[in-house]
Amino acid sequence: MGADAVFRVDGLRKSFGQNEVLGGISVELHAGEVTVLMGANGAGKSTLVRIISGVYERGAGMMSLAGEDFAPKTPAEAIRAGVVTVHQNINDGVVADLDVATNLTLDRLSGSGVPTLFNPARVRREAKAVADRMGLAIDLKARVSDLSLADRQMVAIARAMAHRPKVLILDEPTSSLSSAEADRLFALIDRLREQSVAILYISHRMSDIRRLADRIISMRDGVVSGVFDRKPLDYEGAVNAMLGRKIHLDRVVARNSAHAVLTVEGLRLAPGARPISLTLGAGEVVAVTGLVGVGKTALAETLFGVRRPLSGTMALNGKPYAPGSTGQAIAAGVFLVAKDRGENGIVGGFNIERNISLPFHKRMSRFGVLKRRIERATARRQIQDLGIVCRSEKDEMASLSGGNQQKVMVARWMAQDAKLFILDEPFQGVDISARRDIAAKLRASADGRATLLFVTELDEALETADRILVMSEQTIVGEHRNADIDLERLLAEVAGGPLHSAA
Amino acid sequence: MMLRDHAIRYGFIVLLFGLIACFAIAADGFVSPQSAVFIFQSVAITGVLALGVTATLVVGGFDLSIGSVATSAMMAASYVMVVLEQNAVVAVIACLLIGVLVGLINGWLIVYMRVPDLLATLGMMFLLVGLQRIPTEGRSIATGMTMPDGSVANGKFGDAFLALGRHRFDFFIPNLIPVSVVVLLVLAVLIWFFLEHTRFGRMMYAVGSNERAAELAGAPVKAYKIWAYVISGVFASIGGILLAARLGRGDIASGNNLLLDAVAAALIGYAVLGAAKPNAFGTAVGAVFVGVLLQGLTMMNAPYYTQDFVKGVVLVVALVFTFALSGRGKR
Repeated sequence: MGADAVFRVDGLRKSFGQNEVLGGISVELHAGEVTVLMGANGAGKSTLVRIISGVYERGAGMMSLAGEDFAPKTPAEAIRAGVVTVHQNINDGVVADLDVATNLTLDRLSGSGVPTLFNPARVRREAKAVADRMGLAIDLKARVSDLSLADRQMVAIARAMAHRPKVLILDEPTSSLSSAEADRLFALIDRLREQSVAILYISHRMSDIRRLADRIISMRDGVVSGVFDRKPLDYEGAVNAMLGRKIHLDRVVARNSAHAVLTVEGLRLAPGARPISLTLGAGEVVAVTGLVGVGKTALAETLFGVRRPLSGTMALNGKPYAPGSTGQAIAAGVFLVAKDRGENGIVGGFNIERNISLPFHKRMSRFGVLKRRIERATARRQIQDLGIVCRSEKDEMASLSGGNQQKVMVARWMAQDAKLFILDEPFQGVDISARRDIAAKLRASADGRATLLFVTELDEALETADRILVMSEQTIVGEHRNADIDLERLLAEVAGGPLHSAA
Repeated sequence: MMLRDHAIRYGFIVLLFGLIACFAIAADGFVSPQSAVFIFQSVAITGVLALGVTATLVVGGFDLSIGSVATSAMMAASYVMVVLEQNAVVAVIACLLIGVLVGLINGWLIVYMRVPDLLATLGMMFLLVGLQRIPTEGRSIATGMTMPDGSVANGKFGDAFLALGRHRFDFFIPNLIPVSVVVLLVLAVLIWFFLEHTRFGRMMYAVGSNERAAELAGAPVKAYKIWAYVISGVFASIGGILLAARLGRGDIASGNNLLLDAVAAALIGYAVLGAAKPNAFGTAVGAVFVGVLLQGLTMMNAPYYTQDFVKGVVLVVALVFTFALSGRGKR
């Protein structure tokens, strides 16, 4: 430590319209060190990476590389200067239809001073040099489309390293790798560390972070909320800084429930994961929290019939429940407000009214013919109920704010009574007032059904739930009643700390 | 802003009436019941096909096989009646079965084999163009033809079947409206009602707009997609029946323009009333628009070989209306 930083970011700011995404970020990267960047969704990690890699222009602030000013206008410029980024989507970094050798030397195929004719022998020679330097044991003649994801990732990184960069940015490189595959990646990263490359490693996986991190930087709401570089690293402190805790004005009064609505026994979501057992009671709001990628969405989708569990049983009001499709789940009274509304919820071609009526056409029609009057009445009632701000039920979805779009998604599923109401990241991309409205509505209407929320942000769980479950590595590792919570223990569970193995 | 909205919404309808007014002044006898019926008759078969392809466009797909389904149905009807010496009912049933079967295969290829829609239906188009020639070794089918084995086919088109192409209903004027026009209007109303007013139609639009959201709202997305291709196949086979009834023989060379004309009508339909999406009413208007234009030009003695050019211009203008002006094509 103490060595001069190779790469320095100072007071970086960026806004999109009214929305300030980065509010003065300062980060230092040192040669031969892995710096882990942590942050929840929307904390501004991706924006930061895009500015550093020359995709976005910065709003304000300075960047310097090896003491010199660094201001890339294009990604190519950033790469030439020695800052290389491997993006989260592996397939962005490789050309699937070409062989490994061509992929490794792809960046030498264009530009000035390159011979016009393609010389396979030379390409293979150069590729071999790159592969040897990286210790890459992959057949250079294989087509990339035939490789496993991990091998593609290796190729993408090796290709990036062919530029001999000073700074390497890896954006969630293990998000689609198995743990054995990830181990190979870690070995590669160790090798790069020895070669004095400064590495910025973005990840949510605590096991990765424990394995690799020399330093941790936590981000929250567009600013650095904590820097941890004293060994042993304070992982729980880093998680805490990333999830943060604001002062909540309205504390929840935790309720208890007697009547069980959903019981889950020995549900396994992924090979090697420990089974999940849980009971949800009528009238109770339960939040499941945990970092991104720990299986929250997998659990939500299993309960809703989108995917099947590897093993285990579920029962709804005492009757066996094993939905084979979303249609069956809905018929049984299990509704899901899916996460990422743009992708999974909003039908762009439909107005508010039609978006609300979408799942319940059958109950709004006779002999297959939709009853427009009932559809409109339902939409108006739901708009009123959730306080959706719009001119009328005929408004296009695109004309609504994020918060109001999310209210429409919730309103869609609250139009009918659910037995089990699941919401996956319902507060994503939602302003604070809409978030309060939705949470209040959920609590007020909770009687008679079980409500299950999946949230990454701890605050959201604390604000809305009677009971909080913690997920880590595809299973539930902790349970807390939302009254005098032991936050230390909860954070340790989120971070997958030693308490988890004892549990 | 308001003006722009109105231009998008009513632009194409205004254009259609403007066109009719122009032809009314320029061409003698353009505005007459006979002329109107002639226009409808000329677009009846392509119109039926276009309504079918609209169903696949609604679910976000496309069907390039409709033209060859229609000609296959025409050949099948001829074969059933002329060679197998069956009656009109059997011929019609055979055609409809072909439509259903091709639709199911298209849907299966696209949904389960994950072949992109354009490629799957392109493949099916080639397959059918070849298949329809095999039974007669590439000959057209007509009464008295010599079969490949030397025998003579003595069956003939039933009167009931020919009536589908030739009978005209009285409507104020005796013998005015041909059966094909009635079929077109009935099917147009049916598919319009289905798409706009039933929950199945609504869900098909949802599938076309956001498949994932439709699935998470409980819709059997795969089934809806397959059904769309079945609808398209059946409509195309009905078009083929009308074609066979009009020609009175199984002509190997006819029906070449069906696909392009039908697709053009459906795409022009996007621009009608600013819908910016496939819709049955728009498709019908689109078909009539093309019919009016061609009839008018013909009466003004424009040479026949300019027809395709004119159709192309109309299509391009309509697509600009839809995608550039309304700005909703971006989705």
